[in-house]
Formats: sequence, C-alpha cells, structure tokens
Amino acid sequence: MAANISVRVLAFARVRELLGCAEWTLQLPPGATVADAWEALAERAEPLRALASSTRLAQNGRIVDGGAPLHDGDEVALLPPVGGG
Amino acid sequence: MKTAPRTALRRYSRHLLIPEVGLEGQNRLLAARILVVGAGGLGSPVLQYLAAAGVGRIGIVDDDEVDETNLQRQVVYADDDVGRSKAVAAADRLRAMNPSVAVDAFPLRFDATNARELVRAYDVVVDGTDNFGSRYLINDACRLEGKPDVFGSIFRFDGQISVFAADGPCYRCLFPEAPPEGAVPTCAEGGVLGVLAGMVGTWQANEALKLVLGIGSPLVGRLALLDALQARVREFDVLRDSMCALCGDHPAISDVAPEPPRGTVAPRSDVPEIAAAQLDTFLDEHPQARVLDVREPHEAVLGTLPRTLAVPASVFEERLHELDSATPYVVACRVGAKSRWAAQRLWDAGFRRVHHLEGGLLAYAANAAAFDVF
Repeated sequence: MAANISVRVLAFARVRELLGCAEWTLQLPPGATVADAWEALAERAEPLRALASSTRLAQNGRIVDGGAPLHDGDEVALLPPVGGG
Repeated sequence: MKTAPRTALRRYSRHLLIPEVGLEGQNRLLAARILVVGAGGLGSPVLQYLAAAGVGRIGIVDDDEVDETNLQRQVVYADDDVGRSKAVAAADRLRAMNPSVAVDAFPLRFDATNARELVRAYDVVVDGTDNFGSRYLINDACRLEGKPDVFGSIFRFDGQISVFAADGPCYRCLFPEAPPEGAVPTCAEGGVLGVLAGMVGTWQANEALKLVLGIGSPLVGRLALLDALQARVREFDVLRDSMCALCGDHPAISDVAPEPPRGTVAPRSDVPEIAAAQLDTFLDEHPQARVLDVREPHEAVLGTLPRTLAVPASVFEERLHELDSATPYVVACRVGAKSRWAAQRLWDAGFRRVHHLEGGLLAYAANAAAFDVF
C-alpha cells in the first residue's frame, strides 16, 4: 500500500477565520484530489460547507478544478470571495 | 487628444520625468475617461489618485450618503460631508483637488437599467462596490461593452485585487458563484481595517493608470491577495474558464441581468420575523421568551437586552445542544445577517418557537433612546 501524501493548506479571509488558523498540513491517501483536501477540512469545521460552492481552490499557485490530483508536497490555497469595499 | 497647455505641465512634472510616462503618457492620462463605481473605502483613494494624476474625465457612481461610520476609511470625505450624497461630495472634493479634471457625479444606483450605458462612456472601470451583486453586474457590463474592470475587494485584513480585461478571465471565471447571503460578512457586519481600503484602492488606481498608459504588466489572469496582518502578498494564476456563463465557449449570459442581480442567492428563511418596533411587545407577551444574541463578544460590548442568552455565531454549532426547543427565542445580532443564519439553523434543527429580529439590534436601537449599539 502506497504511503499517504502530505499537503500544505493555506486559508484566506473567511475560511481562515472558520478554520481558526492560516496554515494546516494534511495527510491524505494517495490519489486524493484538491476537493478531497477541502472535504477533510470541512469535516473539522462544518460551517465551511456554506462556502463550499463559492470558494475557489488553488494548487501550487494556480486556481484549479476540484478534481485536480494532488501530489506529495503540494500547496493548496482556499480562496473564498471577499465582497467588501 | 486633449493635451496639457504648457503652463499646466509643471503640475505633472514628476510624471514627465518618468520615461514610462513622459509627455506622451501624461497626455494619455489627460485624455482618459475612468468610471469609479462605489465611492466608499476603495473608491476614496482611487478617486483622489486619479484626479491628482490628471485623468481627464472621472465618473463617480454611488447612490449612498456619507455616514459617520464611513469616515474611518472613506478618506475622500470630511466631517461636514456627513449626510451629503457621496457622488456629489466626492465630486466637489476632486474638483477642489484638481480643477482641470471633468468630474461626472452620478448619485444613483448602478443597476441593470444603466450599467451598460454608464460603462460605455468610459475607457476603464474601477469596481469599488461593497456587494457581490454589483460586482457581477460591473463584470458583465464591462465584458459586454469591451471595457477593462479593475477589481478590488476587502474584508477585515484581507484584500483581493485583479484586472478583468478582454484578453483574460472575468470575475465569473474566478468566482462563478457568489456565496449564500450571510456566509461572507460585509464590512458593515464584520468590520474592516480602514487602511486596508487605502492599500487595495491605491493598487486599483495604479492598475487603472497602467491600463491607460499601456505600460508594465497588468494584473490580468492573476489574483493578488493582500494579508495586511501578516504583511504578505500572494498571487494566484486564474485561467479563462471555457464553461464561464459570460465569456466561456457557450455563454448563457448575453445581457446584464435585471434585479435581483445574478450571483446573489436569496437567503432561505422559514423563521418568522419580528420588527424592531414590535420586540418590546413580543417580550412582554411572552414572559418565557429569551433574546438569543449571536454577536461575537467583541461586538457585544454595547447594548445587551434584558433576558439575553449570548451564544456567539462562531460557536453556535458546538453550543446548539444548550438550547431548548420549548423556549421562544428571538435570535438577534448587530444587523441581522448572522442571526438569520442562526435562526434558520435552529429551525432546521426542529425549533418551531424561534423568531428573528429584523434589522438586528441596530434597528432596535434606532427607536430605543436608552439602548445603544455600534
């Protein structure tokens, strides 16, 4: 069985507040996607789910679809929209 | 092209000294037309730097009036502007700063009936609005009229900046879907560091001026994130989305949407509302009723009603089990957004005696002399 992969997660704005921290390291099974990283965090902070459809996910500095496969050492950023002005 | 009389060039000498601007660039600025939608925290620095730079024509759209709580960050206004139309007061200020700039004040709501016409009359549009509906509307009108949209947005210590132009992705490629109402607090609900509006707004002004001058690399296809608390800027690549409803391969949007603007989701609410003026009567008639105050502790330093149970929204889920479905609750917060979410959460959990205070404690305070919130 292949080893888990380690992913660094960066959270911004409202998502950072709901998670209570700006950075997180996740251990995910091999083959996990960017959306799986989100799901793993939403399980720890249920209120995140209200932002699931509006938050964009970036992988190594590029905004991607949730289905993008993750690799060991990747950085995932959680980017919720911000509306104020 | 409008050009500066030689005597006026002294005013812009520090621009003329930069090779990338020079006389040709300054003449471009003097001939440029820029529309700023929203004359608030972001619009304030944008407007002032555009006027100082000598942009020939500046349009200001805002249907709001200056409020005392604006002055902490909306630096285009002075104390005695409180109560005046923002568009008119800001226009006066810009004319005083630089009389050679033509300023158009539009004290009206930027909506689907006027969006395209307003955008069409300018070369560049700057988005300084404070709600998602207006942001999607500006994006759509700009794309349909072929004008670049200089986007900026703030919340507490976080800023987002990007430029949506014809050769790059649009706001809908970046954020296809607005968050449900109440899920992302507005500045009025969650607060904002005043100077962050200045940091993001000046960045927008810089991008708008660069677009006019045609210099440097515009922030197209990139989202910049500013974290004022950690003093960090990060950048993310944004690609055009082939599925985008506006600029994708098979666009569903061919015109700006009528109200309510696309991108906003009406809040689902099964919970009966109590008007602020009816709260005292309701509490008198229901001696068992409690006010369920979901403000965070730092918001609740002023104005606590009698019979209040404080359960901050941030810990609402964890403390849900402390609540009793037999007790009539009136769920309240400062302006009524977080409380609507919390009230609906209780309703979904089977609470049928729950009510919601419409307009929040601010609305209640407006009619209660002895009660004050901020």
